[in-house]
Amino acid sequence: MSHAPRASPVTTSEAPPARRFEYAPAPESRAVVNIRPSYGLFIDGEFVEPTDGSLFETVNPATEEVLAEVSAAGPGDVDRAVVAATRAQREVWGSMPGKERAKYLFRVARIMQERARELAVLETLDNGKPIRESRDVDVPLAAAHFFYYAGWADKLAYAGLGPAPRPLGVAGQVVPWNFPLLMAAWKLAPALAAGNTCVLKPAETTPLSALLLAEILQQAELPPGVVNILTGAGDTGAALVAHPGVAKVAFTGSTEVGKSIQRSLAGSGKHLTLELGGKAANVVFEDAPLSQAIEGIVNGIFFNQGHVCCAGSRLLVQESVAEQVVEGLKSRLQTLRLGDPLDKNTDLGAINSPQQLEKIRELANSGEDEGAERWSPTCALPDRGYWFPPTVFTGVAPAHRIAREEIFGPVLSVLTFRTPEEAVAKANNTTYGLSAGVWTEKGSRILWMAQQLRAGVVWANTFNRFDPTSPFGGYRESGFGREGGRHGLAAYLDV
Amino acid sequence: MSERRVAVRKTYKLYIGGAFPRSESARSYAVNAVDGSLLANAALASRKDVRDAVVAARKAQPKWAAATAYNRGQMLYRVAEMLEDRREQFAEAIVAGEGTTRDAAEAIVGDAVDRWVWYAGWCDKVAQVAGASNPVAGPYFNFSVPEPTGVVGIIAPQLSSLLGLVSVLAPALTTGNTVVVIASEDRPLPAVTLGEVLATSDLPSGVVNVLTGRTHELAPVLASHRDVDALDLAGAPAELEVELEEAAAGNVKRVLRSAGPSDWAAEPTPQRMLAFVETKTVWHPIGI
Repeated sequence: MSHAPRASPVTTSEAPPARRFEYAPAPESRAVVNIRPSYGLFIDGEFVEPTDGSLFETVNPATEEVLAEVSAAGPGDVDRAVVAATRAQREVWGSMPGKERAKYLFRVARIMQERARELAVLETLDNGKPIRESRDVDVPLAAAHFFYYAGWADKLAYAGLGPAPRPLGVAGQVVPWNFPLLMAAWKLAPALAAGNTCVLKPAETTPLSALLLAEILQQAELPPGVVNILTGAGDTGAALVAHPGVAKVAFTGSTEVGKSIQRSLAGSGKHLTLELGGKAANVVFEDAPLSQAIEGIVNGIFFNQGHVCCAGSRLLVQESVAEQVVEGLKSRLQTLRLGDPLDKNTDLGAINSPQQLEKIRELANSGEDEGAERWSPTCALPDRGYWFPPTVFTGVAPAHRIAREEIFGPVLSVLTFRTPEEAVAKANNTTYGLSAGVWTEKGSRILWMAQQLRAGVVWANTFNRFDPTSPFGGYRESGFGREGGRHGLAAYLDV
Repeated sequence: MSERRVAVRKTYKLYIGGAFPRSESARSYAVNAVDGSLLANAALASRKDVRDAVVAARKAQPKWAAATAYNRGQMLYRVAEMLEDRREQFAEAIVAGEGTTRDAAEAIVGDAVDRWVWYAGWCDKVAQVAGASNPVAGPYFNFSVPEPTGVVGIIAPQLSSLLGLVSVLAPALTTGNTVVVIASEDRPLPAVTLGEVLATSDLPSGVVNVLTGRTHELAPVLASHRDVDALDLAGAPAELEVELEEAAAGNVKRVLRSAGPSDWAAEPTPQRMLAFVETKTVWHPIGI
C-alpha cells in the first residue's frame, strides 16, 4: 500500500495551511502499452469473436478518449465458456497434481511482475486511478495474490478445513471496476489453487486489464479453458451466475446487486460468496497521534478517489479534538493533487464513469439539502473527463443520507462522539459491516474497540492495508465469505 | 376397588426470553404419538411469537457473545448434566413420538447428552482452530478471530426431535450466537422439554428460544426477519426452500442449506459451528 505524502504536524488549531509544493508534470509513458483496437472474448485459451454478443467501447475516464472496442458476451458465449471450463476442470485442472497447478500459478505471478509497468499503465488508462496507486498497490498486490495461493495448491489437506478437501467445479466470478486487476486476482488465484476452473466477468467500464491478464495466462501456457474471461455488462453477469454448469458464484460489487444474486440462486444449491458495499467508520479518539490520524483519514477516504468498498467514509471524531482534526484535515486536503492519473505526482484521479459521477453528485447534493456543511479545497478540475473534488461534510447527523448510504466517491462525512460507548454505537449503526478504523494511543482501548466494532476488517492506527495472507470480507449486508489468507480457500473447497 | 391416582399433565408452552408463555394467539394443536393417540396439545405459535422470540434473542446476544469461552463451555456442559438427569423422561418421549424401541431411544438420548459435551469442549478451542495470525508483508501485527454471526434462526430437523435438534442448536450456541428455533412440527414435545432443561442450566434468558407450530407459517417470518442474521434450513420442507432462501437474501443472511446427515448419531464435524461465525481481521502497526 502506498502512503500519501506526510502532512506537516498539526499542533494548534491555528496551524497555517500546509504548503503546497509545485512540481513539474511527471507523466508515466503510455508507450509501454499496446492497446488493440478491438478485443474478442477469452474462451478455451483463445480470443474469439462473440457469437450472440455485441460490441461496446471502453473509455479513458480522465480524457473521455475511446481506448478500444470490447465484446459483450451473450448467453451463447457464456455457455461456450462454461462448457470449456467444465471440460478443463474434469479433464485437466481438477486431476492435475497440486504441485503442478502450483507451478502454473507461480508462473502467472512472475509474468505479472515482469509486465507490471504495462499492467499499471493500462489500469490507470482504463480506470482513471493515479499511476502511483496502480503501480504501487494494485499490480504488486495482484501478483502477490497469485504467488501466495500458488503455494497452497499442493497443501490443501493441511489448511485445516477438512481432511480431504475437493474443488467445487466451475466458478463464475463477477468483479467490479474499482480495482479491476486486483479483484480478478482475488477471485482467480484461490479458485485455481483449489482446483476449480473459472469464468471471470470484468466490469463493463474496466475490461482491459483482465484482457491483458488473459494474454499473460497464454504466456504462462495455462491449459485452455482453465480461465475464461467474458467481458460485458450486467446481462452477461446475470447469465453467468444463472448458468447451470456453474457450481460456485463469487461476486464483488454493490449490496443491491449482491442481494439480487443471492435471491436468484435460491434453491440452486450453488455455493456463493459476496463482497458488497460498506460505510466504514474511522474513529479518532482525543489521545490519537493526530497528524498520523489525519494521514489515515485522507488515505481512508481519498485513496482510489473513494471508489473503495471499505473506504473510511464516516469520520467519527471525539468532540474535544473535532475542531482541530477538521482544520488539520482541510489544511492537508489543500495539498492533494487532482489531475492527470498518469502523472506520478497525482494523488486523486478521475471518477470512473459518468454514471458514478452522477451518483456522487446526487448524494453530495443531498448532504447539502439535508443541512450538512459542504467543503472542498480550492481545486481546478480538468475540462475533459469525469472529476469530483475531495469533499468534506461537517455537521452531519446519523440520519443524513451521506451518513448512511455508500457514496463510493471522494466524500467524507464527519460526525462527533463523546464516549467510547457512543463511538461504538454510532459506528455500528449501519446495515453494513465491512471495515472500521480506530485511532488511539491506548492499547487496551484499541483491543476493546476492535472487539466491539461489527466489521470484518479493523484497522487500528492505520487504514486501507491489504495483503494476500489477510482475510478480507464483511459482516451483515457487506456480504459473506472471506478473500485472502487460509480463510479464502474455504470459499472454493468442498470440505 | 382401589382408587387410581389421576396424573397431573404438563402444559406444553413456548420458551421465549427465559419464560414459558402460551402463544399470544392463544392457539394450540394436537400432537399425536406414532400410534395416533393424543400426547398433548402444543402451543401453535404465531408470527408475533416469532417476532417476540427474535427480540429476546437479540437482547441476549451481546452478553452471551461477551461471556468468556471457558464460561460458555461450562454452561453448555451444565446443559449436558441437566439432560443426563432427565434421560428417562426423554427416552419415553422419543419412544412415543418417534416410535423407536426403548433401547434405541436410550441410545439417542445418550448421544444427545454427549453432543452437548462435545460442543461444550469446543467453546474455548474454536478460535484457535478457525483463527489465525497472518504474516503480512509489512510492519503490522495482523490476526483473525471468529466471532458470532448474531441471531440464528433454525428450522429443526423434522424427524429427529431431540438428537437432531441438539445437533443444530449446540453448534450455533458454541460460538456465541443466540437462537430462535422452530421445533419439529409433528414432534415438538422434546423441544419444549429441552427448553425446561436449558432454563435450569445457567444459560441466560433469551439465548435459546423455542417455538412450536406450523413450519409453513413460522419459517417464512423467520427467514424474512431483518434482525435475524443467519438461517439454518436443516428441517425446512423441500417445497419451502426456494421461498426461504429468497427471503433470506433481503438482509444478506448466511444460509446453511445442509439437511444434515441421514443419521444424526454420526460424529459431527466443525462445519455447523463455522457456518455461523464471521472472521474479523485486525491490523496494527509494529514500531517503537
